[in-house]
Amino acid sequence: MEIHLILIFMIIFALAAIEIKDLLSSVVAMSAVGLGLCFAFLILKAPNLAITQLVVELLCLILLIRATINKDLPLVKDGRWFFNTISTFVFVAVFLSFIYFALKELPRFGEPLMRLSQQYFDRTAVGNTVNAITVNFRHLDALAEIAVLFAAIIGVLAVMRKVGRIHEE
Amino acid sequence: MKNNEIGMSLIVKTITRLTIGLILIYGIYISMFSSAHPGGGFAGGVIIALSFIHIMLAFGKGIALKKLTGKIIVSLMSISALLIICLAVPNFIGKDLREGIPVSDIAISLMVGMGLFLAFMALALMTPHRGQS
Repeated sequence: MEIHLILIFMIIFALAAIEIKDLLSSVVAMSAVGLGLCFAFLILKAPNLAITQLVVELLCLILLIRATINKDLPLVKDGRWFFNTISTFVFVAVFLSFIYFALKELPRFGEPLMRLSQQYFDRTAVGNTVNAITVNFRHLDALAEIAVLFAAIIGVLAVMRKVGRIHEE
Repeated sequence: MKNNEIGMSLIVKTITRLTIGLILIYGIYISMFSSAHPGGGFAGGVIIALSFIHIMLAFGKGIALKKLTGKIIVSLMSISALLIICLAVPNFIGKDLREGIPVSDIAISLMVGMGLFLAFMALALMTPHRGQS
């Protein structure tokens, strides 16, 4: 029952984030959607994901507010609406059909332990299930995450550098 | 007072001075005790990065870079990457690794925290000047 209330809350604030003209207000509405997602994870018994969602939402809120605090651009309404709506509907139809076939295979909604992870969990014997599986079976995945962080830093350095720094001095 | 002009207002600076240690200690707690409680290396690392970003927003770039210089950040990131590679080797051999979970979480949290702080700092340092373009 609570999950439906939270989903309705999230849908209302997502619509508000799309429709509001002011950029700062839409950023705040977007962060309200993230907070609702955090509560949904708590209700579905996934506290690890809830903590991560809350923290990353805070970081994104700081970044977006610093990015949009000076700029308030009006909406651009060009032509080409026919092609855009057709492609949107095609994408939504393909996505929903894939979801229909994929969700049949998943276990029941809200169960924290699947069958395979239960088998892994018996072999590791650590209190926090998510961490046991992460460290014992997917540790190279963490290394790849960190490679993504390095690539992000290199991308920021490559995009934001001053053009023609050699010729200045 | 020259220092008051750099960052945000005096109220923000005072409250930052009070809360910055609590945020850092909470991040370290979440990343160290994540083998028994909910949490994890990634969330703890993002909280650690948020505490330094808090310093940077309140006091300005210079003071945050004085607390954490670039050499310290790069050396911490390299040490934690080496730790992660060393902990990932037993999975190839086929052994399960029960004692290494807190160590690996500390390594992941250091890596993620320093990386996010470095990305935020690069965004703050390299914004182009308004008048030039």
